[in-house]
Amino acid sequence: MLERFARWETALVALLVLVAVVGQIRTGGAFLDGGNLFYLGLDIGEVALIALPLTLVVVSGEIDLSVASVLGLSSAVIGELWDAGWTLEAILPTVIVLGAVCGAVNGLLVTRLGLPSLAVTIGTLALYRGLALVVLGDRAVADFPSSFTDFGTTPVPGTWLPWPILLCAVLAVAFAVILHSSSFGRSVYAIGSNEEGARFSGIRVKRVKLTLFVLTGAMSALAGIVYTFRFSSARADNGVGLELAVVAAVLLGGVSIFGGRGTLGGVLAGVLLLGGLRNVLILDDVSTEILTVVTGLLLLVSVLAPALTARVRTSSTGRRSP
Amino acid sequence: MTTVAPSRARRIADLVGRARELGIVVALALVIIPTAFVNPRFVEAQGIRDLLLNASVVAVLAAGQTLVVVTRNVDLSVGSTLGLSAFLTAQTFADHPDTPIVLGLLVGVGVGLVCGVVNGLLVAVGRVPSLVVTLGTLYVFRGVDFALAQGTQINASNLPDELLDLGNGRLFGVPVLVLITLAVVAAAALYLRSYRSGRDLYAIGSNPEAAVLAGIPVPRRVFTAFLLSGAVAGLAGALWVARYGTVDAAAGTGLELQVVAAVVVGGVAIFGGSGTVVGAALGALLLGTIASCLVVLRIPAFWQQAISGALLIGAITVDRLLALRLARELRGRSDHDA
Repeated sequence: MLERFARWETALVALLVLVAVVGQIRTGGAFLDGGNLFYLGLDIGEVALIALPLTLVVVSGEIDLSVASVLGLSSAVIGELWDAGWTLEAILPTVIVLGAVCGAVNGLLVTRLGLPSLAVTIGTLALYRGLALVVLGDRAVADFPSSFTDFGTTPVPGTWLPWPILLCAVLAVAFAVILHSSSFGRSVYAIGSNEEGARFSGIRVKRVKLTLFVLTGAMSALAGIVYTFRFSSARADNGVGLELAVVAAVLLGGVSIFGGRGTLGGVLAGVLLLGGLRNVLILDDVSTEILTVVTGLLLLVSVLAPALTARVRTSSTGRRSP
Repeated sequence: MTTVAPSRARRIADLVGRARELGIVVALALVIIPTAFVNPRFVEAQGIRDLLLNASVVAVLAAGQTLVVVTRNVDLSVGSTLGLSAFLTAQTFADHPDTPIVLGLLVGVGVGLVCGVVNGLLVAVGRVPSLVVTLGTLYVFRGVDFALAQGTQINASNLPDELLDLGNGRLFGVPVLVLITLAVVAAAALYLRSYRSGRDLYAIGSNPEAAVLAGIPVPRRVFTAFLLSGAVAGLAGALWVARYGTVDAAAGTGLELQVVAAVVVGGVAIFGGSGTVVGAALGALLLGTIASCLVVLRIPAFWQQAISGALLIGAITVDRLLALRLARELRGRSDHDA
């Protein structure tokens, strides 16, 4: 089992190298240029931030499709509160708490009522985006001070690294420790592999799942802050459809949609691969429509490949699970 | 006493089922009556016709979606399928103005069938969860749509009058589009209620393993459900062209949310195995009516999406609570019997 995973992640890294090499050749050296890498980093910042907690949610056997709507809602609230004269120092923590509350609503509906997370988060996808529209309407708030928007538009001094990616890197280490080296992380895998078994072995399944949804909400709100500052614009429709990119990255990274399997390293490779591919295609003047098709196809391939290899494996060895 | 519990179970289950459809009718009355006081024209013949027309495309899609959801699957690609079919249908008419109307509608259905085949093969043969498959094809179909359209738009002036008559005409005072919707809903309801393969869909959704053991060809039935959902979405695309006359590559974007909301509000369990096409169509009518009422009551249209989302969550919550109550009731009963 471990070998197969190692192989999936090796394949991802090989694909990444391939994309970089092909990109470098096709663009005449523009791909690995510092300036381009800066934009690549900016482009994947929000997806990476949300993919971190969503990995844990999917490993636990659940899903959260409302992440992009929480991003939009937090962006709309930032705009509205800024218009109302709040300071950004007060707005930003408020918005993170709001995101956590959104996540808690998802989590409580899933854990207390036993509703399927798919249905709940399709509902809150519409609800939170709707609330964003109610809060800000079709207005755009854009007069944020550059001391804050610089965070989303300038690199860390002396490097090509965008600030959001630095933030991401720090959080990625934290999430990796939580998922792979803490008892909490092990219980997430246990729940995803066998929820009933996990319960009987004394894991507080509901509490763990609720925590994961709250974390996802808060991180989505954080991504909303980054998104707002990156474009210096708070709008209710910020990040519409971003949930696909995040789910695609998580699944492409080797996390099983059925739960119980996957690594954070794989997911980060998935985020980079999707972002890198997009970047190369954009540099190559491929239209955004084709990008949509490519993202969708990658999502399909990433779930079809493990399903098909598993079937080939069982049929070639002649063994079948009873 | 073993015969008593199942019959009582059935009675309660039937009651819950009927209560749902009744509940939607009551909810409809609750939104229509106050609105009618504000603006009496809302319930005149023309107002009612508009209500039915506005709900018809979502109701058609909801009928197809019901077939998929009762098998414990979901088809999120219907909005994109509709968009692709609408554009290709409109382009057929624009390029060949002499195309007979029925042939044009068949083009739409054909495009939808192809989309349905792709989804069905990936789900039934590839054994990939339908949520992921249709989330992927949602973007793939829409991307193909954009790539084909290349930013162009087809207007009513490029379309034959017969087609636009279909979208805006009436037969005995009832809009033709509403009649077509009723026909699709009736056909899907009959199929699910009275045909063996239709009943199989419920069996699959209730318990997939048991369905296999009972000799039901599960992959084939699931494939058929996706095929039909695609075909219905394709037909809805052609009807979209007839109704609106203007089509670009963005037609029907985000419609899948309304459809899933309508189906769930209409009492089709998202876990599969229960629910009716008529309920789903009523759900579509309720959501469409709420949207129309917001306009009459001058509530900003921004509220519409939040309300659909809240209704969806409310509906699954109520279903869950009722199911728990039902289970507790039955358990109490059998304890007495024992």
